[in-house]
Amino acid sequence: MNYKMMGRFFGVILCLESIFMLPAFIIALADKTGRVALGFGLTALICALLGALLLILCRGAKSDFFAKEGLVCVGLSWILLCLFGALPLFIGDDIPSYIDALFEMVSGFTTTGASICPNVEALSRATLYWRSFSHWIGGMGVLVFVMALIPVGGKSEGFTMHLLRAETTGPNSQKLVPRMRQTAIILYLVYVALTLLCFIFLVFDMPAFDAFCTSLGTAGTGGFGVRNDSLASYSPYAQTVTAVFMILFGVNFSIFYLILLRNFLGVLRDEELRLYLSIVGGATLLITLNIRTLYGTLGEALRHAFFQVSSIITTTGFATADFDLWPSFSKAILIFLMIVGGCAGSTAGGLKCARLLLLSKSFIRNIGRVQNPQKVAVIRINKKPVDEKLVTATSAYLCAYLLIALVSFLLISIDGFSVTTNISSVLACFNNVGPGLEAVGPTRNYSAFSDFSKVVLILDMLAGRLEIFPILALFSTKAFRRG
Amino acid sequence: MKIIIAGDGKVGETLAAMLSAEKRHNITLIDTRADVLEASVSAHDVIAVLGNCATSATLRDAGIETADLLIAATGNDEVNLLCSTVAHAMNKNLHTIARIRDPEYAGDAVRMRSHFGLSLVFNPEKQAAEEIARLIRFPGFLRRDTFAKGRTEIVELRLEEGHPLIGVTLSALPALVKCKVLVCAVLREGEPIIPTGSFVLCEGDRLLVTAPSENLSLMLKNLRIVTHKAKRVMLVGGGRLSFYLAELLDKSGIDVKIIEKDSARCEALAANLAHTEIVCGDVGHRTLLESEGLRSSDALITLTDLDELNMLVSIYGTNWGVPQVITKLSHVEDSKILDTLPVGSVICPRKLSSSTVLRYVRAMEKKAGAAITVHSLADGAVEASEFLVTEETLHRGEPLKNISRKRNVLVASITRHGVTLIPDGSSAFEVGDFVVIVAPSEAGIDELNDIFA
Repeated sequence: MNYKMMGRFFGVILCLESIFMLPAFIIALADKTGRVALGFGLTALICALLGALLLILCRGAKSDFFAKEGLVCVGLSWILLCLFGALPLFIGDDIPSYIDALFEMVSGFTTTGASICPNVEALSRATLYWRSFSHWIGGMGVLVFVMALIPVGGKSEGFTMHLLRAETTGPNSQKLVPRMRQTAIILYLVYVALTLLCFIFLVFDMPAFDAFCTSLGTAGTGGFGVRNDSLASYSPYAQTVTAVFMILFGVNFSIFYLILLRNFLGVLRDEELRLYLSIVGGATLLITLNIRTLYGTLGEALRHAFFQVSSIITTTGFATADFDLWPSFSKAILIFLMIVGGCAGSTAGGLKCARLLLLSKSFIRNIGRVQNPQKVAVIRINKKPVDEKLVTATSAYLCAYLLIALVSFLLISIDGFSVTTNISSVLACFNNVGPGLEAVGPTRNYSAFSDFSKVVLILDMLAGRLEIFPILALFSTKAFRRG
Repeated sequence: MKIIIAGDGKVGETLAAMLSAEKRHNITLIDTRADVLEASVSAHDVIAVLGNCATSATLRDAGIETADLLIAATGNDEVNLLCSTVAHAMNKNLHTIARIRDPEYAGDAVRMRSHFGLSLVFNPEKQAAEEIARLIRFPGFLRRDTFAKGRTEIVELRLEEGHPLIGVTLSALPALVKCKVLVCAVLREGEPIIPTGSFVLCEGDRLLVTAPSENLSLMLKNLRIVTHKAKRVMLVGGGRLSFYLAELLDKSGIDVKIIEKDSARCEALAANLAHTEIVCGDVGHRTLLESEGLRSSDALITLTDLDELNMLVSIYGTNWGVPQVITKLSHVEDSKILDTLPVGSVICPRKLSSSTVLRYVRAMEKKAGAAITVHSLADGAVEASEFLVTEETLHRGEPLKNISRKRNVLVASITRHGVTLIPDGSSAFEVGDFVVIVAPSEAGIDELNDIFA
């Protein structure tokens, strides 16, 4: 293990976190909420000092850096980010218990949006900003941000590929352009531009602070709102704009790059995008038909159905209606969408459409093999043959996914809630959605769980955001051995 | 610059590593093997495209329309030619470099350049053969690199046990060798050092010495390092490199014997090399080496495809007292390990040809002020670059001792009107001078003005 190199990354990340906290500190000072300002100021100072210390201690690191280091580095970076990110909430007394504060911030950085706050409107504006900002930076990834910002230098710059793979979503992360730094810059430029666009559309119809926080939450597909009823009390216009932008942020960012390159044919032919949009269309249609008697007009039913489908498939978790009161069929569709998730290479969570596509093609091929064992068949996506290793890796991912979901379900069942609550809360956290059903439904929150269950769910959220293996690597003693 | 490298083999991978480390280039690799590409993408900051590099679809995927340079370095000459031709048809402004190494095409290389619109043709085996031939004709050094049209050289010496230079302070060196030479870098335990006058030489050091070519033979004579010209040379392995080398050595009137295992290959060599003795046999058996007269050979050159066999045979040769041993290694890179083995000079064809391509890329980048030649020394840790002093050069006419220069940068020689000087504090640059600068590779000396602090 190259501890020095990792130390340098942690140092940079802590320094960055301290910078990210400054706006919150300024907001708290402007609002004259002394305790909160102290929380942010003190934490920012601790982060800056600790970060600087790490940077000084880890000078002259060697550049050997392999897949193992990449996994561990990403996993630990995120944990560090969350541990320090939770401090201001705890010191500022907005959330008096540290485990609760940690749950809230892990939920923020992993873009889950699951809250333990019964009354969001009582939180200070600084904390509201910090929660929403954590969605934004967590959505695209903090290490990708570091790569865009700081040239790594040294001959073996290729190792950044391990970091990109570990932090971005999807089964097969690739660079957009040869240089990693340029790739990271392009990703963040697209991200910033789309976020700004979302903000501009929203600010006509919302208070500026609300529009700002909502656009950050939409961009990261997070789901923290600034009101207790999430987005229900905003106008239909604001809800529709948010729904459309959620869909956009659930699209693979390389698609936006293709659009910038004017390669429209490539966009139209992308199988994952087609699958994603057809699932959104199909689910909206089915839910609209299913809930039309609950609402006055078909239009209103359609609006709620579309909003909820886009919120759940992109794993954002905003709500305009309490879908816990909807018929079982609609709820079942939403559960299915939670698991599917957005596209690979987007800010969304879940299993990802790319994996679903690959797994179903592999499934169909296996049926063919049972009937005709000698048959040689190659899986194709976007008309290109897929490497068998990727098929195996995706199947392995599905196994790990199911095992973790099952074990978490067993562990949190100790608290004694209903089976629906337990299943939906594990799925909502693991897929970074946020709201589940029954006791964790859109109008309720996670505060009723015991501290042990909260820790299990925290790990689920991290494992879900980082796609399991960076977090699993932290539990492998082999990873930390020297050499 | 946007560079596409077709073929992620030994040469392609080395080039990708060298060029991506230069920071200014965007590199796309093309290959048909997914696992090889995977390894390159996780080791270097490059992007990869899977497919046949000679098809227009794959080239378009790699972005040939906007590329500046294509380097076709697959293992197959015909594919390289087709690839560059197709690429050139898709982008008229593209520079193309192709690896052509089959001896049957070697004679056509010049014509190919104009026929296929190639900017450069390179042949690693031929280049390595020329390098080896140079070492054989002038024994005594591990390596020689020439600058200023052959008037200046940088040579590499290893201080073996009992060498007269061990324990000598550098400032005392000119008195000892009775002529002007300059030690521009020392490799000690794999680490490059740009030494000062008070530096003391130790056993096992590898010295990079620069001097006018005529002084070098004088230096060897004054140090009483006895060298005699090789008359009988044994080549082990009968590949393309052996063929090129045998041809070259034959022209210099040296007797060459090639030992090759494959009988069909032996027949082919015998058909093309009239004056060379070809022996069919397995060099793994030491009795064969002995019976073919290795002990009485003046030089042993191991050129099989297997690095480990080459090292083993070279070690036999050194132990049996063959005066000059040269080993070809294609894969092994670690100079710390190589230094501990008695394998003589080490030649790595892919590194030689990579520096040829690197030179072309640098020349393309900056038409003016760029290095005329760049030699990467001491396994790439140190670079020696030759520059022409022009009107653009700063601090012309000022004595070197008055100019503040970057640390670890050494002015190794100045060639003025065909005469090479070893510079001292009072020397100065003048327009038209050829200057050789030695510096660690990471110092980033791309033009002459970069040396000034």
